[in-house]
Amino acid sequence: MSKAEILGRIGRGLGRIEPTAAERERVAARLAAKARNAIPARAQLPEAERQALFIEMAREAAAEVIELSSLQQVPSAVANWLQQTGIDELVVASDNPLPELCKQLPETLRVRQGVAQAGDLASLTLSFLGIAETGTLMLYSRPESPTTLNFLPDNHLVILQRSDIVGVYEEAWSQLRARYPDSLPRTVNMITGPSRSADIEQKLQMGAHGPRRLVIFLVA
Amino acid sequence: MQITSPDFKDNARIALQDVGLQKALGNVKTGFPHKRAAAIARLPEFEQLRDEARDLKNHIIEHLDLYLEAFEAKVLENGGHVHWCRTADEARQTILKICQDKQARTVTKGKSMVTEEINLNEYLEANGVTPVETDLGEYILQLRGEHPSHIIAPAIHLNLEDVSETFHAHHHKPKSMDPAVLMQEAREELRTKFVAADVGITGANFLVAETGSSIIVTNEGNGDLTQTLPKTHIVVTSIEKVVPTLEDMTLFLRLLARSATGQEFTVYNTLSTGPRRPGDQDGPEDYHVVLVDNGRSDMIASELREMLRCIRCAACMNHCPVYGAIGGHSYGWVYPGPMGSVLTPQMIGIEQAALLPNASTFCGKCESVCPVRIPLPKLMRHWRRDEFEKHLTPGAARWGLGVWSFVARRPALYRQLTRIGSRVLRSLAGKKGRISKLPLASGWTDGREMPAPSGKTFMQQWQEQQKARQSS
Amino acid sequence: MKPNNNPPVIGLFITCLADLYRPEVGFATIKLLEQAGCRVEVPEQQTCCGQPAFNSGDFSTSADIARQTIAALDGYAYVVAPSGSCISMLHHYPELFDDQDPWKARAESLKARAYEITSFLVDVLHAELPNQPYSGTVTYHDSCSGLRELGIKQQPRQLLAQLEGVELKEMEESETCCGFGGTFCVKYPDISNRMVSNKTDNIVNAGAKTLLGGDLGCLLNMAGKLQRQGHAVEVRHVVEVLAGMTDQPALGETQSSIKAG
Repeated sequence: MSKAEILGRIGRGLGRIEPTAAERERVAARLAAKARNAIPARAQLPEAERQALFIEMAREAAAEVIELSSLQQVPSAVANWLQQTGIDELVVASDNPLPELCKQLPETLRVRQGVAQAGDLASLTLSFLGIAETGTLMLYSRPESPTTLNFLPDNHLVILQRSDIVGVYEEAWSQLRARYPDSLPRTVNMITGPSRSADIEQKLQMGAHGPRRLVIFLVA
Repeated sequence: MQITSPDFKDNARIALQDVGLQKALGNVKTGFPHKRAAAIARLPEFEQLRDEARDLKNHIIEHLDLYLEAFEAKVLENGGHVHWCRTADEARQTILKICQDKQARTVTKGKSMVTEEINLNEYLEANGVTPVETDLGEYILQLRGEHPSHIIAPAIHLNLEDVSETFHAHHHKPKSMDPAVLMQEAREELRTKFVAADVGITGANFLVAETGSSIIVTNEGNGDLTQTLPKTHIVVTSIEKVVPTLEDMTLFLRLLARSATGQEFTVYNTLSTGPRRPGDQDGPEDYHVVLVDNGRSDMIASELREMLRCIRCAACMNHCPVYGAIGGHSYGWVYPGPMGSVLTPQMIGIEQAALLPNASTFCGKCESVCPVRIPLPKLMRHWRRDEFEKHLTPGAARWGLGVWSFVARRPALYRQLTRIGSRVLRSLAGKKGRISKLPLASGWTDGREMPAPSGKTFMQQWQEQQKARQSS
Repeated sequence: MKPNNNPPVIGLFITCLADLYRPEVGFATIKLLEQAGCRVEVPEQQTCCGQPAFNSGDFSTSADIARQTIAALDGYAYVVAPSGSCISMLHHYPELFDDQDPWKARAESLKARAYEITSFLVDVLHAELPNQPYSGTVTYHDSCSGLRELGIKQQPRQLLAQLEGVELKEMEESETCCGFGGTFCVKYPDISNRMVSNKTDNIVNAGAKTLLGGDLGCLLNMAGKLQRQGHAVEVRHVVEVLAGMTDQPALGETQSSIKAG
């Protein structure tokens, strides 16, 4: 029974056999309170500055940010980006409003729903939130949005609503908990720019194993 | 892996003469410390975050059993499994058993120092399971049959030419000296492995008790492919990684990337909570957490408890002038640099690791950059005390120290001997101001001159002055 | 300096290296303190601070030496040494005694009174130095213990800035360890040698005539390396320049005559 043994050793190390009632209460209280620790001031901003910070930080992390004034502009913006990049296929998540938007993509584009496969060139997903503090996207897994879409294709295209940009990570946790009060989704991805590695001579190269490019369509 | 910590001095001497290694080590010095400094300059709250992180870790360790049980309950609630392993051997067997139950032939691996610590790869291989390292640095090392020399930049001891030759030998492609081309080769080679693997093994940077989640922090995305594509995800991690809530994890994430690589945030911060959910089209069907103790619970009762705060950012080694001179392999086991010099004696025994806690000038740079304020010099001194008390200190050093302390405790004798010492050193220098060769201090004079004293100690001169003043 | 009818009495902790290797450093320290209106005494029962034992893990000997040093330095308003390293060791003394041990309180008292010389001049005395005839370029090495344990960084620079003839040319990585490390330099000579070589590269590149620092261990190490490499940079303890006592040859240079009293 290694569990009992490990817990016993921890208890002995702490100079007690069983946790005290006070200790149990402290732990329960901390887990329940979900209190915030110190939060950097730089991301606690009014809406417009918060959105500007998100764009600045995402670009600094080498994400591409394309600003659009409405959701209706997404299909043509996606089509343009793919055409300029020389890609004629797209694998997409299936949550609303993606199916509707995809109907407006050019017919020359091969569009598929579902999981990504090795060799896929581009994917399109929604982002749950944007976090201004570091220009980070928050996505999570669900039947309509498989995690492989975020990692396997060479290019990851993401739609983010401007109104979904929060200042700091803590606000994102609050919103995620509100949506999933009992149990988190299997996977929560915080993504800040495209994949990279500096493992060869500490020189940064983009596109290690994940997407080489991360494109954020920021919709007003 | 073979332990060569007892050969630390020889390892270091060879490392100092290794031209390639010295060139590669130059990349540590110019890279990480500057990037860290720049990132911290942009976050005025950084010092406050360090204080809070230190206090929070202390709170966690004081309630470690409770948080681990809370974490386990949540994992089980989400349909995952938790395995408690007291020793490295137990952890290896547990992991192998999961692989065998799944009839696994290949496993992909994200970067994990705990799996290095328990020597997992060799064990799996010996038992018919092929591990494939997927972090670019780890992948290079696996091809070369080497172990990491750094806990976040495993191949930092290599140069471009080394990687080029290794890939040329294994990938059967034209030799390239372009890092982008080399990375592309690795990307293609590993893509098929990701898809074919039966099991994915990752480490965890933190475990969240509130949600039963593990989190991995990577820049490459290899960890995500490792844990998403195979049918089974095994998280191999250690007991001190648990944190209470997502908010508490966030505190550490704000410190981790900045302290490690100097990034504002690592590219992929991924939470995994149990196996795939009903209706999910991808993700593992099984989620296992292997909780490794391997000596950690024994650290709680001693000063070493503070070491359990470590979040494995590598800032201590990135800033260590000794690490910077000799590289990570000289330390002779998994964890190099200052954090390794504290941790390794606990894990392989102070007898084998005796030289490591002594391989520090106590310059204190490591402590000054540690995001959780671990007093690393103090903990190395803890081991030196242990060595002294166990009579592991080398005989000559012990004898020298004994003579010195006998004299230092007797002021009158001390005065006499320093007077003699000053005169002797003076005469050895002759007409020069310095000594070039001193038989009992060749460690000093092999590399430098020994400036000679003036021939009269301060105390001597002071007393003469006082007498002169009194008589005048 | 303003006359002081009731000057603070300072116990000088000479440090073993200044005592043996560089008496001038002791006399320069006394001069600086007296200029600032202090009275200085040199307690006879002092030897070494005990750091070699402490850092070798011999806590019993360290405690013996701590008791001896605490007793020797009892009763002084302040204890001052020309070394950040030795003063840091004095600041470690409380760690050597249990809470119930009466020596603990005495160790805490000493810790509160013990200062490195440049820090004492700037932080406690807010001293203004008389100008000195010394003129030339200097570079400054921040010794580790003083820098990281006592927070000594600006103090020596502020004092040097008061001297008209001194021009400070900062070296790269002035805060990086020189590789001395007490017994480290003889236990791990190869590593130490590399560290001091890195250091002397930075010193030479700074292009200053003189290297200054606040700890003789580091200064002996760097002077020894510079001389072995054949560089002409002269090496002195910072107090020698601050006190205008630079007529003595620099560390490791030929002595023409020894001034004693």
